[in-house]
Amino acid sequence: MTDLLYSDIEDALRASVTDLLADRSAPATVLATVESDKPCDLALWDLLAGQLGVAGLLIPERFGGVGASAREAAVVAEALGHGIAPVPFLGSAVLATTALVACAAAEPLAALANGEETASLAVSLAAMPGDPFPTAVRADGDRLTGTVHTVADAAVAHVIVVPAIGPDGPALYSVTDAVVTPVTALDRTRGIADVTLDDTPGTLLAGPDQAAAALDHALSVGAAVLASEQLGVAQWCLDTTVAYLKQRHQFGRPVGSFQALKHRLADVWLDLVTARAAARYAVDALARDDADAAVAVSVAQAHCSVVAVHAAEEAIQLHGGIGMTWEHPAHLFLKRAKSDEIALGTPGRHRARLAPLVDLPGPVA
Amino acid sequence: MTTTEAPDEDEVRDRIRELLDAHDPATTDKMDFLRARFDAGLAWVHFPVGLGGLDAPRTLQAVVDAELGKAGAPTNDPRRIGIGLGMAAPTILRFGTDDQKSRFLRPLWIGEEVWCQLFSEPGAGSDLAAAGTRAVQDGDDWVINGQKVWTSGAHNSKWAILLARTNPDVPKHQGLSYFVCDMKAPGVDVRPLRQITGEAEFNEVFLTDVRLPDSYRLGAVGQGWQVAQTTLMNERVAISAGADREAGMLGVVANTWRGNEKRRTHELHDRLLKLWVDAEATRLAGERLRQQLAVGSPGPEGSAMKLLFARLSQALTGLEVELLADDGLRYDDWTMRRPEMVDFTGREAGYRYLRAKGNSIEGGTSEILRNIVAERVLGLPSEPRVDKDVPWKDIPR
Repeated sequence: MTDLLYSDIEDALRASVTDLLADRSAPATVLATVESDKPCDLALWDLLAGQLGVAGLLIPERFGGVGASAREAAVVAEALGHGIAPVPFLGSAVLATTALVACAAAEPLAALANGEETASLAVSLAAMPGDPFPTAVRADGDRLTGTVHTVADAAVAHVIVVPAIGPDGPALYSVTDAVVTPVTALDRTRGIADVTLDDTPGTLLAGPDQAAAALDHALSVGAAVLASEQLGVAQWCLDTTVAYLKQRHQFGRPVGSFQALKHRLADVWLDLVTARAAARYAVDALARDDADAAVAVSVAQAHCSVVAVHAAEEAIQLHGGIGMTWEHPAHLFLKRAKSDEIALGTPGRHRARLAPLVDLPGPVA
Repeated sequence: MTTTEAPDEDEVRDRIRELLDAHDPATTDKMDFLRARFDAGLAWVHFPVGLGGLDAPRTLQAVVDAELGKAGAPTNDPRRIGIGLGMAAPTILRFGTDDQKSRFLRPLWIGEEVWCQLFSEPGAGSDLAAAGTRAVQDGDDWVINGQKVWTSGAHNSKWAILLARTNPDVPKHQGLSYFVCDMKAPGVDVRPLRQITGEAEFNEVFLTDVRLPDSYRLGAVGQGWQVAQTTLMNERVAISAGADREAGMLGVVANTWRGNEKRRTHELHDRLLKLWVDAEATRLAGERLRQQLAVGSPGPEGSAMKLLFARLSQALTGLEVELLADDGLRYDDWTMRRPEMVDFTGREAGYRYLRAKGNSIEGGTSEILRNIVAERVLGLPSEPRVDKDVPWKDIPR
């Protein structure tokens, strides 16, 4: 039976991340960080990993982690989205970690669990569950060659998990000395980089029997957790815009008293009601290993992506001129929301994935 | 019942067994069974003892309904008496005198007496507090004059809940009183009101010198607005919780899609998939709301459900007519009929499309509901109210 509510433990976990961010990473701090030469806030990540254990959430206890499920990872993502925190949670603690756990890669996981190291999964952030296994990297023995573009959190990663095609078919390798070239990103609060391998040594993690399933599972968990991040982004946009519209006066009234504006915020709130239910269902279905998980994940992504972009676009418009300025943090959320829309599958690609799953076939060719 | 503590699930199950032992559904007359069920406190378990309930938690009602369903017990056909169950009963319970409660609730629940609602008027729709139907005291009676509209089921009803103006000289919210109206009383004239579907599901009700005894008043004179709030809250609490995937309009339209292979286009396909996702997310939101209610922490999401439902049914039914292409040009039947109850998913695509237009108007327009969300959930200030402190009789109309 699905449980769409938050447990007390989940509420407490979200609150502790939110408190830490309020203390250490106000939006103005985030803006300064992403404009510096160290755009990923590793000091903040050390606190999140060391004090709150968020790096090891998805790592089983036998590998030194917390042994929690996607449900708990999702409330952390919600808080990190709400705080637009520039930390490698999605790339390292969700995507790469899930792939490594599926390969039972004890050694890198031990270093990830306590936050000493971070990892990255060498697929484009635009990849999605159900995609064919990537062919950009070729393996020849333990040597890898190829380039993967727009990889999340690769620039700060100690270990990169690389899907490659070897002589026997799909495989996953771990690599420690890839050439990583940061990309100027639309969303500067999440680092993306191109990963280049040129006869680079790798350690085999999984062969053809496991690699595709491990990668697909990582992308599924990533997509589900991302939906909760999008929920957090949308919630910030709504909260902040509501607060502003109560305080901003024009024509002698708070502008939030005009129906033309308040109805738009009511619609954003409605979006959040359904987005929260869809996001909870996706991570709960994964946590229970439910047969409906693929549908649940694609529903959550198709829905929450649209909701987050809508909330961010409304935040910009309803703030008026101030929303268009560099100083106001709204643009950070718009850029994150728009990038998240592409991340781990666009809404349209998730709908296309749903069609056969829910027996709604398209036109006959 | 002599216990003072709320009965638990075991006690409720005991009572169900006792009821079924004493009144075998296979051999008991339907109305006799329903009377016995009411008297056993299993009608609405959260109601007080003696009024069809057990003072039990509302969540235990699901146990009763499931067990009696399994035993093949007759139901009170709740869709036929929805206004009585959903609106009149909670209001009578909260504001009625002991005499009123014991007179009205049992026949209401059993379905012997059907109820309708006399609230909206031609000049008071969204602004219900502006209602102008007059109630003037004459000895122990009230004399009612005015016109009500959008009254579903008025032609089948024994009773109505009625909002009327008892004092026109004070601001609009303060001069209203709330009555039970006998729909068979002299001066009550029910006329069918034909809708865009061709049917007359609703009525206009003309009230001319209708005399109601003062014992039919619910709540104090001048307290009508507060009483009506209870009624309206309950109207909007109706939640489609616990529904299966593709229940309701989505399932109808998805099946039309599945059965019309040659008419599919890429553009309609993506629109349908979008709506499928929206409907599934809405279903999950309803399920989440149900889970919140079950643990006793209802969120404000309840007010969202009607808005979401209206938007979805309209988009889905519009798509269905379009998908049907040349068959979408047809309509099943324009004959004026008076259905006993409404079925949004009934008849054919054209009817469903037209009927769905009412979903964003009836029971509070989507615009009014957005105001409620914005003001009560988000805490945004209201529009300035120019009529707030003006005596009702001086408001321009």
